[in-house]
Amino acid sequence: MALTAVNSKKKPEMMEQEERLVYNTKNLNLWYGDHHALKNINLGIKEKDVTAIIGPSGCGKSTYIKTLNRMIDLVPGVKTNGTIEYRERDIFSKEFLVEELRTRVGMVFQKPNPFPKSIYENIAFGLKIHGIKNKQIINETVEKSLRGAALWDEVKDRIHEPAYGLSGGQQQRLCIARCLALEPDVILMDEPTSALDPVSTLKVEELIQELKERYSIIIVTHNMQQAARISDKTAFFLNGEVVEFDSTDTIFNSPADSRTDDYISGRFG
Amino acid sequence: MKTPNQDVSPVQQLLEKKYNGGFLNRREKIIPIVLFIMAAVSVLTTVGIVLTLIFETVTFFKDVSIVEFFTATEWYPFSNTDPVYGIWPLVLGTLKITLIASLFAIPIGLAVALYLSEYASTRTRKIMKPILEVLAGVPTIVYGFFALTFITPVLREIFPSLELFNAISPGIVVGIMIIPTIVSLSEDALSSVPEPVRHGALAMGSTKWETASKVIFPAALSGILASIVLGVSRAIGETMIVSIAAGSTPSAALDLTSSLQTMTSYIVQVTTGDAGFGTTIYYSIYSVGFTLFVFTLAMNMLAQFISKRFREEY
Repeated sequence: MALTAVNSKKKPEMMEQEERLVYNTKNLNLWYGDHHALKNINLGIKEKDVTAIIGPSGCGKSTYIKTLNRMIDLVPGVKTNGTIEYRERDIFSKEFLVEELRTRVGMVFQKPNPFPKSIYENIAFGLKIHGIKNKQIINETVEKSLRGAALWDEVKDRIHEPAYGLSGGQQQRLCIARCLALEPDVILMDEPTSALDPVSTLKVEELIQELKERYSIIIVTHNMQQAARISDKTAFFLNGEVVEFDSTDTIFNSPADSRTDDYISGRFG
Repeated sequence: MKTPNQDVSPVQQLLEKKYNGGFLNRREKIIPIVLFIMAAVSVLTTVGIVLTLIFETVTFFKDVSIVEFFTATEWYPFSNTDPVYGIWPLVLGTLKITLIASLFAIPIGLAVALYLSEYASTRTRKIMKPILEVLAGVPTIVYGFFALTFITPVLREIFPSLELFNAISPGIVVGIMIIPTIVSLSEDALSSVPEPVRHGALAMGSTKWETASKVIFPAALSGILASIVLGVSRAIGETMIVSIAAGSTPSAALDLTSSLQTMTSYIVQVTTGDAGFGTTIYYSIYSVGFTLFVFTLAMNMLAQFISKRFREEY
């Protein structure tokens, strides 16, 4: 890669700067009550990468992604220590408003969760709560976001109809469009295709390929083929620890840790 | 394995008994008949009540002109020489009480419902909801005395020009009475908006208040409106509180500080007084009752329309 070639001439600390991390997790621990769910996580996530997080159920992958935009705060009895830096700002600090973090970091959930409003209002909502009232800007953003989520052609004639009339796959792409309207920096996806049929899954995967040109994407997935197909980097979580984090190619073809190999080849999980 | 009859197990024997007795068949035939009779009784009762109202009202209009009933601005049936039957003062009395009660109960009721469903901890909710439900169980006669012997004197301390019988004090207390109805049904509507919808809004950077007011509240609107309509129709039909604390002077004035009479309290006055059977006054309570029925029927139909029109699917 050209970028690497340029980097190699610089000093190591400069290299890290040039690598442009969106998220840097340092010694993160998390407890649900007494249950130690995340153990000493260290993970640097690069800008404009698709980073996949894989691992068996209960390994902490969902917990980790929810910590990145502090949705984990909604779970009672959660304690954390360590730091997560988003663009070099500590997300747990009092100066960093959680609303600002969540505006810059969009999230797509396991099950599509559009608002009980029209397709148009679902996308306009984000703009409206952030004080944008200009009709023209809203109209343009709605179209741009729906195009961005590859949904425009399917819904352009009925954008004022209820979002619940859409199919599951369309609803999930609407939720992605809803994120795009706020022009986020990072999009977190928590098993976004687990509730979708294979055709809809394929569409969402194609969409992720397009979105990675402009956004950093972190995706939790159950589906190892999916991780292999769409991601640049893969982190393998097991029992609350990061066993291995490397390029997807390395993780799937020559993992360093035997536990990764066992999981990838389907010997457990 | 060692049972004497290896072909027929105990379970099989029991099943055999059940199906051969014919009891099952008879029971299944009788049950829908019994249930139908129950349903018919309640429907027929309703029809009977409405028919009685209609027939007696028709009798009333043989004595009193229907034009006078709707246009006269005075309700004075007890005059020996020149009784006047204009429904307007009684309707106005009911409207005054309903308006004050609504102005008092709707904002408070919705605020409490929002608090309980979106902000309160599980513990607070577990303590507050039963207390509110106790409020719903207080007999209305107790509310009536509360209005007359507590709220009215307090208000008269503040506004000395307020009369002993007025619209404000019973209006507020009717409001207190309907708050639990509004809170309970609105809270149900708000809490039944699925959690993922809340998370979706929060994950886009909306604050708790923006989520509650712009996503959850609109999503629960049909249930909230239905709760308001139900509360308001209870206020329209409320009898005891207004009989005790609002007075018994039918008044066409818009003034809220003086004695008034509602449709319900007129009916109480006549039925507890000594108006003879078959007199015009006797029949007049049916005409008032029928008017009241039209009001509450309209509210019920409104509630049905609202819950269909604003239904949100999730």
